[in-house]
Amino acid sequence: MSLTQHLSTSISFSSSSFLSSSGFTFRNRDVSLPSENFGICRCVATPQEEKTTYKTKVSRNANMAKLQAGYLFPEIARKRNAHLQKYPDSKVISLGIGDTTEPIPEVITSAMAKRSQALSTLEGYSGYGAEQGEKPLRAAIASTFYGDLGIEEDDIFVSDGAKCDISRLQVLFGSEVTIAVQDPSYPAYVDSSVIIGQTGFYEKDAEKYGKIEYMRCNPENGFFPDLPKVSRADIILFCSPNNPTGSAATREQLTRLVQFAKEKGSIIVYDSAYAMYITDDKPRSIFEIPGAKEVALETASFSKYAGFTGVRLGWTVIPKELLFSDGFPVAKDFNRIVCTCFNGASNVVQAGGLACLSPEGRSAMQKVVGFYKENADIIMDTFNSLGFNVYGGRNAPYVWVHFPGLSSWDVFSEILEKTHVVTTPGSGFGPGGEGFIRVSAFGHRDNVLEACRRFKQLYK
Amino acid sequence: MWNLSLNKICKLKMYNFSTCNAMPCRNFLWPMIPQARLEIQKERVVCHTRVQRNVNLEKLQNGYLFPEISMHELQHIRKYPDAKLINLGIGDTTEPIPDIVAVSMAEYAHALSTVEGYRGYGAEQGNKALRKAIAETLYKDVQVKDSEVFVSDGSQCDITRLQLLLGSNVTMAVQDPSFPAYIDTSVIIGQAGDFEEKSGKFGNIEYMNCGPQNNFFPDLAKTRRTDIIFFCSPNNPTGQAATRQQLEELVKFAKENGSIIIFDSAYAVYVTDDSPRSIFEIPGAKEVAIEVSSFSKFAGFTGVRLGWTVVPEELCFSNGFPVINDFNRIVCTCFNGASNISQAGGLACLSSEGFMAVCSVVNYYKENAKILLETLASLGLKVYGGENAPYVWVHFPGSKSWDVFDYILEKTHIITVPGSGFGPGGEEFLRMSTFGHRETILEASKRLKNLFS
Repeated sequence: MSLTQHLSTSISFSSSSFLSSSGFTFRNRDVSLPSENFGICRCVATPQEEKTTYKTKVSRNANMAKLQAGYLFPEIARKRNAHLQKYPDSKVISLGIGDTTEPIPEVITSAMAKRSQALSTLEGYSGYGAEQGEKPLRAAIASTFYGDLGIEEDDIFVSDGAKCDISRLQVLFGSEVTIAVQDPSYPAYVDSSVIIGQTGFYEKDAEKYGKIEYMRCNPENGFFPDLPKVSRADIILFCSPNNPTGSAATREQLTRLVQFAKEKGSIIVYDSAYAMYITDDKPRSIFEIPGAKEVALETASFSKYAGFTGVRLGWTVIPKELLFSDGFPVAKDFNRIVCTCFNGASNVVQAGGLACLSPEGRSAMQKVVGFYKENADIIMDTFNSLGFNVYGGRNAPYVWVHFPGLSSWDVFSEILEKTHVVTTPGSGFGPGGEGFIRVSAFGHRDNVLEACRRFKQLYK
Repeated sequence: MWNLSLNKICKLKMYNFSTCNAMPCRNFLWPMIPQARLEIQKERVVCHTRVQRNVNLEKLQNGYLFPEISMHELQHIRKYPDAKLINLGIGDTTEPIPDIVAVSMAEYAHALSTVEGYRGYGAEQGNKALRKAIAETLYKDVQVKDSEVFVSDGSQCDITRLQLLLGSNVTMAVQDPSFPAYIDTSVIIGQAGDFEEKSGKFGNIEYMNCGPQNNFFPDLAKTRRTDIIFFCSPNNPTGQAATRQQLEELVKFAKENGSIIIFDSAYAVYVTDDSPRSIFEIPGAKEVAIEVSSFSKFAGFTGVRLGWTVVPEELCFSNGFPVINDFNRIVCTCFNGASNISQAGGLACLSSEGFMAVCSVVNYYKENAKILLETLASLGLKVYGGENAPYVWVHFPGSKSWDVFDYILEKTHIITVPGSGFGPGGEEFLRMSTFGHRETILEASKRLKNLFS
């Protein structure tokens, strides 16, 4: 029986059903899985005939067992959905997951539509692309973002996003390296490290994984690690402007970081996903710092610039000068990873990326970024006016609000319960986030204004 | 293509930066700040970090197979710049995507610039409607749930994510020959042991030879137990589809050994006879198998990037923990979903009209396969595959496959793939893929006839 014969009933999966499927209306990130309760899991086999207790003899990956709970953002989504079920009429506003909300500028979507159409023509059809990305896009990224910094087209590796690149970098480095992260930090750094096997067990008291060097970043140290107190790690993951604290490192700080990495022989993995949000003269790229090319690689994304969170496009820069201890170029190994473990970002999406970097595209992206930055201003003003100590917001789409002495999950729950606004509890980003709440500045203007009204009500 | 030679590495220059307030700001991103300017000082300095290279990457033998072939291609073009090269090497689709699919992606892209149509992050597991369509269209009679379907950006990526899931402490078996990503990802993740020059094999991997002598199905009685068994059917590169009986044997073998089969069904739509399209057609498979598949060869999505993996809820590790829970965690942590535009295209492929349209493209490639098969058979060559897959597997007993590759390239300007690139079991064989415009395939047939008759 051929596959075509399987289609006995007409299936009307039109694009409208794709768009309107209930999965999207509330950006429902519901995962239809057995619920996970911090390490306790239930096997959900539901066969038709009889209850089966068959188990394979394959041991579960011990690294996976080290993970404490689900990844942070699906967990937030779960709480949000539970809240919606409890209060079905409440108008829940999401300032939790940093998800872009504003439409993508037409100059960019038209390019993607055009490329899609071209794929149905003989002249326009293309199959496999170079795994490193299409040459014009690589060139455009190099000249747009790294114009005079000596970064070339072939130092750029186009990807389907920073989160995926982080994992590919972990696969590249392997389980025998040690990492240092900012504390708090974007959860994918720590979680991917656990998965690849670089860490020890989770230590409940410290709320830290063994073998990871956590570099505390707080108001007291200006959200920059006290480097003399930091133990050497092979890889230093550093995000600036920072998710979640919103803090952007100064030129002086980054110079010290590069120096530190040089002295220790470490590699900095620099996450610059929010560089376009910088308002003042803080560095946008680690490569603005002299000597950085020998100690750093940089990862970035179109997600928060072009609203590409669902479209999926990013890049990683690996300078030719970056070498392992035996002199082998890191870029060469990354190239091998990219060729073996990946097959390139979608060609349609890369066409969109190229349009983003045209003069019209760049100006359109700046407008959208500017819009979210205004949101950030509104949120910052609100919390400031309520007497809170507020950080970030100026150089990043995140506002980091201090609730001294309180459990951030408790504050998260209270805010959700009383104002129906979803935020993100700081401790989700590491023990250094305890006592803080991250409010993201993505959202329609009216939602952001409404959320702020509700905050004012709650905290007046 | 990597072209950095050791020479280049040694001649690194130290760069000094100086900010220059007077320079006009070219860079649009930073309109307010002075432009950093590059002053090059010629110094010969080489700086190494103290980070050890991942030993697993050192174990990889060459570049990945297909970029290696591209290098041979480039050398050939330099030698014969006027040659009309025909590429039957990398299995890359050539025919345009059906209108209905392309239009759906274009419409979705346009909608992203509207308030109602804009979408941000999607579920990492994939769009609900698409997961449902995959389950209901492609697994209609085997009761795969949409919650068991994980949409991805393609099989090569999924295989790596599965390796990440399984970790370095599992053992694995592959068919020999096989799609290189299984072995290469196994080496990268640290499962494979050391490469043994003599045998051309990695020490910890169990190679299940598949050749004409055993009907391209492993002799399971002689196969050592491993945790994971990679099995691709219809097979790349041999073009062979396993029979129902053979797959029942495989499932039984996995059950007895407590192993997990990773079944690659990327070419399922090319099956012409009644060979199974999915491992889940075999009773009991849900307790022992994961299936990986792709829109690449089905819908011409090699550049668009879309695939899926099915992890049954029944599949458990030795401690009873459901594999699907861990795969979900990997997908949420190491991935952020396939592009929403690609997924819109995927959904259109599975509509009744779309499905007919993509199937007619598949039939076109199947016709190509028939032509090549007939040509090669008529020349008295030992040829396999081609009936249930877009690959033809030609045997040149006593020859080295890279030599045959070079010979054919030199004499006919046709790129193929040397069988040894797929493992030691591929030595003496050559793979020809049957993607291509019809006139190209006919021209290739002509040239082969000239060479071998």
